Amino acid sequence: MAELATGSPVYSRSVGDLAVVYAGDYLNKLSGERIERECRRQLEAGCRALIINFRETELVNSIGISILLGVIDAAESTGAQLVFADLNSQTVQLFEMLGLTRHVALAKDEEEALATLAEFATTSRAAGH
Amino acid sequence: MIVRAMEKGTPLQKLLHTFAALADLGQEIADTHDFDEKMRTALHLVQGSLGIMRGALAVFEPETQKMKFIAARGMGENLPSDVKLSSEETSELLGRGIHTLTRDDEAPTLINFILNHQHMFDFSRIDLFVPLVVRGSLVGMLLLGGKATGEGFSAEDCEVICAMARHIGVAIQEHCSFEELQRRAEENRQLYEEMRVIYRDTVRAFAAAIDCKDKYTQGHSERVGKYSEIIAREMGWSEEEVEGIAVAGYLHDIGKLVVEKEIINAPYRIDAKQSSELNRHPTVGYEILSPINHPFADIPLSARYHHERVDGKGYPEGLKGDEIPLVAKIVNLADSFDAMTTDRPYKKRRRMEEVVEDFRRNTGKQFAPEVVVSFCRALLREMKGETRRHLFIKMLGKDYVEQERIAPLLRELIEDLESGALTARVGNA
Repeated sequence: MAELATGSPVYSRSVGDLAVVYAGDYLNKLSGERIERECRRQLEAGCRALIINFRETELVNSIGISILLGVIDAAESTGAQLVFADLNSQTVQLFEMLGLTRHVALAKDEEEALATLAEFATTSRAAGH
Repeated sequence: MIVRAMEKGTPLQKLLHTFAALADLGQEIADTHDFDEKMRTALHLVQGSLGIMRGALAVFEPETQKMKFIAARGMGENLPSDVKLSSEETSELLGRGIHTLTRDDEAPTLINFILNHQHMFDFSRIDLFVPLVVRGSLVGMLLLGGKATGEGFSAEDCEVICAMARHIGVAIQEHCSFEELQRRAEENRQLYEEMRVIYRDTVRAFAAAIDCKDKYTQGHSERVGKYSEIIAREMGWSEEEVEGIAVAGYLHDIGKLVVEKEIINAPYRIDAKQSSELNRHPTVGYEILSPINHPFADIPLSARYHHERVDGKGYPEGLKGDEIPLVAKIVNLADSFDAMTTDRPYKKRRRMEEVVEDFRRNTGKQFAPEVVVSFCRALLREMKGETRRHLFIKMLGKDYVEQERIAPLLRELIEDLESGALTARVGNA
């Protein structure tokens, strides 16, 4: 778990070179910036795949979208895989409308996200990447 | 404000999301005090409203003719910290107003700014550019990269961006106006400080001029100013009031400028006629000082009434007790103290014990009890080392203000004045 200086913590866990970051119930500026910092920290630490779990997330505002675009950009620039998991239908629709889903894979839940990434890793190895 | 997604990708859903971003931007601009933070959030809201991958916001500095970037997201390392504009470019942007300009526009609409800074637009993958113009002033610019959908910016997108850009432009202009106001306020404060110094120096020069007339009392006015300051501070006056009474002390004898030098410097006790001439100086001083608009209004009064006595036997008007302004009572004591503690043509200065005894004898007659108490307390505190500045010692000499002999006398006098014993005695007398 990454405990940040102020406010509630951002929960995350590492599985090998993969990290799962758990978004809170409301993805706004305050919580969004914490998540972005945690994602960037994981990427800088060498994480090759990142799952953001939206299990608790009910609402995402425009600032949250911008912050997630920043995470997408950071992941793309380091060549890391990014999967958004466990989104509610409204959030899926919002992400699709704004084009976020063109840059990240969506997974039904964390388990599916882990499976997706494992499959991708296998495919990449087979392709010699 | 949050909009819950309704039907997938409907125009209504998009409209509501955009509307929420606009409302959030308005609230952010109104509520956030930190300008940099406000601008960072504004950029988030612009990008988040339409899913824009890259964005940067710059503020225009008219003095340097530079666009200084204050917020950027997704621009990578290639974005410079600022961009210098030529006067032609500035005019061109001003002429455009808030208007989106894309690199896909037809050649005639491409403005020189984009052409001249092609490398920045290329490296930072900027697709859309909005000059921020508010009330005829260029205040900044907004640069945006591609949409996450991969689509180009639609006419509706440009409308939304322009609407948000207007909000941001107004926020920048308000910030610049506020900064300008603060700068001017600081300039005025400095000017005021300089004027205060000039005023004080002028007053001191006057005091020196007054004292030059009397070869035996050089430095008298300045010392009276300092003693008055000490008393006022001990009485809990504000710093402005303390400064005011210091000036009152410096100028209390300004009326002596019109008294003949021979009378002032007479090395003998002056006769009645000369005394009458000399006694005009408080009224003359008042006449000199009253037309001047002093920062401290009581300065002319202190000159007029500094020879009044609380028992009504003073001059020029024979005022009693509370009829005499407090400023004049303070200057009166300071004036008398300096007269007693400096050598005069016809007598040597008194010993400190005698001065304290004079205070005891004349409290309630010449001196106001509350002023005497404050003076004695200030002197005692300096003797006990409770003050940082040793003003009495500096003016009177260490040996003169000798603690062991004087402190008990001062304590006793203070106790008598505080208990009312002395004033009762005076009253009975």
